[in-house]
Amino acid sequence: MADIVLDKVSKSFPDGTVAVQDVDLEIADGEFVILVGPSGCGKSTTLNMIAGLEDISSGELRIGGQRVNDKAPRDRDIAMVFQSYALYPNMTVRENMAFPLRLAKLDKETINAKVDEAAKVLELVPLLDRKPANLSGGQRQRVAMGRAIVRQPKAFLMDEPLSNLDAKLRVQMRTVVSRLQKQLGTTTVYVTHDQTEAMTLGDRVVIMRGGAIQQVGPPQELYDHPRNLFVAGFIGSPSMNFLHAAVQDGSLHTALGEVPLGDRVRRELEAADAPRELILGVRPEHFEDAELVDEDTRRRGLEFEAPVEIVESMGSDKYVYFTVEGERASAAELEELAADAGAGDFAGTGGNLVTRLSAESPVAEGQSRRVWFNLEKIHLFDPTNGRNLTLHEGRSAGALAD
Amino acid sequence: MSVNATPAGAQVSAEAERPTTTVPTQRGGRRKPPLSENKRAERRLGWLLCAPAALVMVAVTAYPIIYSVWLSLQRYDLRFPDQREFIGLENYVTVLTNEFWWTAFGVTALITVVTVAVELVLGMGLALIMHRTLVGRGLVRTSALIPYGIVTVVAAFSWRYAWTPGTGYLADLFSDGAPLTERASSLAIIMLAEIWKTTPFMALLLMAGLALVPEDLLKAASTDGATSWQKFTKVMLPVMKPAILVALLFRTLDAFRVFDNIFVLTAGGNETSSVSMLAYNNLIRGLNLGIGSTMSVLIFITVAIIAFVFVKLFGTAAPGSDDGERR
Repeated sequence: MADIVLDKVSKSFPDGTVAVQDVDLEIADGEFVILVGPSGCGKSTTLNMIAGLEDISSGELRIGGQRVNDKAPRDRDIAMVFQSYALYPNMTVRENMAFPLRLAKLDKETINAKVDEAAKVLELVPLLDRKPANLSGGQRQRVAMGRAIVRQPKAFLMDEPLSNLDAKLRVQMRTVVSRLQKQLGTTTVYVTHDQTEAMTLGDRVVIMRGGAIQQVGPPQELYDHPRNLFVAGFIGSPSMNFLHAAVQDGSLHTALGEVPLGDRVRRELEAADAPRELILGVRPEHFEDAELVDEDTRRRGLEFEAPVEIVESMGSDKYVYFTVEGERASAAELEELAADAGAGDFAGTGGNLVTRLSAESPVAEGQSRRVWFNLEKIHLFDPTNGRNLTLHEGRSAGALAD
Repeated sequence: MSVNATPAGAQVSAEAERPTTTVPTQRGGRRKPPLSENKRAERRLGWLLCAPAALVMVAVTAYPIIYSVWLSLQRYDLRFPDQREFIGLENYVTVLTNEFWWTAFGVTALITVVTVAVELVLGMGLALIMHRTLVGRGLVRTSALIPYGIVTVVAAFSWRYAWTPGTGYLADLFSDGAPLTERASSLAIIMLAEIWKTTPFMALLLMAGLALVPEDLLKAASTDGATSWQKFTKVMLPVMKPAILVALLFRTLDAFRVFDNIFVLTAGGNETSSVSMLAYNNLIRGLNLGIGSTMSVLIFITVAIIAFVFVKLFGTAAPGSDDGERR
């Protein structure tokens, strides 16, 4: 076991494209870190550089305090799990799992003992003599995990290991991976494009975009205090609502009404180079049916009325889609997120407002409804660089903070 | 002819097709589930589409094969046409007890084994180079394939001139005598010419096999601690096995019928005849249709046996057919 340190690690290809740019990351011993981002953000390249499957163009990579830039993968003592599982088709499950041990020239008894132990942990015992071709996706995935854990390596590197499984199995395997990592306490770097996986699995999440790190932190911190528009839009499902907002006389004009501003944000906006146009971000759960909000809470927020388009009842709460008039929020980050999510899926932009209201709300499709939202939880972003203006010393305090 | 009545048809329908109707048919005693109208029409179309090709195949291969088998059962020498008669297997006894036949058979087997083995190794090397090359890929591949693009006879002549004392650059360089007049050196030169000519073909087939090895598998082997050689022997070769067998089959069958190079380089002198050469000499030069045909049939049988053995090997190498069994 060991810590992994990336010190200004970059990767550029001969044709000039830069896949990863100056990545600084310290992964503590035993930590579970998730690299997440849309496709092409450099997360897999970063993982491959840690594994040694891809050369590092500049910067330094240290595993267990030792510089390993020029070491071959086999000398780094790491184990990797691939999206395609990469099981050797000509070997049985037992042989697959024993392969790294055989290469390490362990004696037969030790190998058998270790494979049996790993097989027991992963419930693979009845499958040991089968070939990968005769296994289901979930079983193959477990064999791939087994092959990684038998060796007790310094670190596990996982490249979208659950992406080829169906939704139900993915949720199941997520807990298996999580439990296994806690049991073994091995440093793990896990790459995924799925923000749900990132939120549920990791001790810390690294959000990447265009080869650069956007923000690093525990999942809840990224959710509550996104440093920029990209992180805010990427984390959370359904994603944050983004609305166009214009600064005028110390308040904000938005499609949801006039948003009052606290002193701190106002000061921020009085600077000479401050933007006149902003993007307002509100998470779906920070809306509530105005009828259900008590007087005290009501004062901390703002009310508006809008026509209800769709109601999705989840049992525990209701997802309600409203149509709002007004200018669309636009920024490069939002377009990128929309492209990554597949045009229709990203609800953050456009004339649609996604809200999560209490199940008790009598809201119905086709009618108009009064909705309240919490001003202490909203975010304001600068559309030119995506910066979160409501962030103060790493914490987001909403629009009203003094 | 009813297509469904063939045993092959019955098997296919039982294994691969699910009947879409359950109406019992009146064809007495058949347990085969009946096919729907749709399936039958599809099957019929399949046969119709195959028919022209099948007819041409029968015309150009089946007829000559049957005719040569018929000829091999007769005493039939064009120099003595009056003595033509049916003699059963007597020609086979004559050929199989003849030392020239066995010498030629030995020479052919030697050439086959040595050339195919060397071609496999060289071809694999070439395939790896062509597969890995990132810069000037087209140039590398084209130049590697040049020998295969040259007509065998033309290449053979260039080798003959090269090894002819006085005029040839190789003869002067490597020996004082005439290498094509001695048995051992002649055979070596024949094999050299064969290898030079057909290694690119082998490389081409193996390269197709290399493309089948998933990149992730090699990455996994790297992180599992494999050296380059271990990756090659433990991961690439097993995955490539079907492609290797195809390449070996093609080349073995080809090599066993070696003719052009021998014809040009030594014309079979100094006991360097292959079986094809011997059959040619008896059939065309000696005008002995009976003996010549017998040899042709024997070559045919040998080739068929080789093919059969390889196909048996394929059976276990084909993906999916190795259910649960250990290597």
